[in-house]
Amino acid sequence: MHEVGIMQGAVLTAEQQARAHGATRIHKLRLRVGQLSGVVPEALQFAFEAASLGTMAEGGVLEIETVPATFWCARCQVEFPCPDFLPECPHCGQMDGELRRGRELELCSMEVS
Amino acid sequence: MCKECGCGLGGPIQVNGEPLNPSSLDDSSHDYGHSHESHPHDHDHAHPPAHQHLEVHQSLLQKNDRLAERNRGYFRAKHWLVLNVLSSPGSGKTTLVQKTAEHLRGRLRVGVVVGDLATDNDAARLRAAGIPVVQITTGTLCHLEAEMVAHAVERLQGDPLDLLIIENVGNLVCPAAYDLGEHLRVVLLSVTEGEDKPLKYPPVFHSAHAALLTKMDLAQAAGFDRERALSNLRRISHHARIFELSARTGQGMAEWCDFLTQQHRTHTSPPPSSAHA
Repeated sequence: MHEVGIMQGAVLTAEQQARAHGATRIHKLRLRVGQLSGVVPEALQFAFEAASLGTMAEGGVLEIETVPATFWCARCQVEFPCPDFLPECPHCGQMDGELRRGRELELCSMEVS
Repeated sequence: MCKECGCGLGGPIQVNGEPLNPSSLDDSSHDYGHSHESHPHDHDHAHPPAHQHLEVHQSLLQKNDRLAERNRGYFRAKHWLVLNVLSSPGSGKTTLVQKTAEHLRGRLRVGVVVGDLATDNDAARLRAAGIPVVQITTGTLCHLEAEMVAHAVERLQGDPLDLLIIENVGNLVCPAAYDLGEHLRVVLLSVTEGEDKPLKYPPVFHSAHAALLTKMDLAQAAGFDRERALSNLRRISHHARIFELSARTGQGMAEWCDFLTQQHRTHTSPPPSSAHA
């Protein structure tokens, strides 16, 4: 359950950003979470409730965009999605693709006032 | 926050993306404890400014990643090869670490950092075997972070080392997200755990530089399907070198330790001089 620590860090970062822009309330946080980031979006949502209490983000909304794992096959020169985490190229069947997206764990934007 | 007038009263709280109180989604019901009938909107107090959109684009692991880079620099300066060893609890990490250190005696000097939620049992065991060791007790935390490792290695400063083995908390999920500054991530899969572990926990197996099938001496008793386990490992850990070993009997340990010796050479040799280029 490392999502609690990650969420606390996200709220702290968001508060710093909000303060730097002269805001006092955070209404919405948008995160991008890669499928291979090792983080469970549902656990982040759960952790957000606890981590936002008593902060500028209390009562705010957490939006999570899941970034699907995407690999690159050097042989076929194509990118391919990997919904079941098996990096199997749909063209040549090789499994040695390079991970291009899917490890993201990012606070991308927020709504403040 | 109330969207009607910005009165500062609480808005919808979400659990699993669903509002805790479905009625609070309906703005017209506006039941946050005051009524608009008693709160006329022809008043002249200043409304707060409209919501402002901020682009941030900041990694949530930024602090850890920065400290991991600092660790990497420290390890480079020390000429240490550093392993981050991950697996489920009970897959044989401590025995592997102890036997690896013993096997490498005379070749590489090994130091260990051990992470556990509680007890210093592993550290006591390794210390008794004459191996320099620092125990990190994480309390409730499910993984090691770069900062903890930085503090732990300070205690190893007096020990001349070539190889630092970081034995992470037994957990196949959370430690995968945290770079500790290691050169090689080593993931264990013991024969009693089931051949489909790599399919069930892809992030950790995908990030491995070396994947070890451990407790091979128990393979037959455990009804272990070696071919299926290897096939699953190759599918997920396709960048990883795969080893089959038993730390208890010594099977496969020579090959594993040769690999570490070679990796130590690769990672700690100075870059080729460009003086004569």
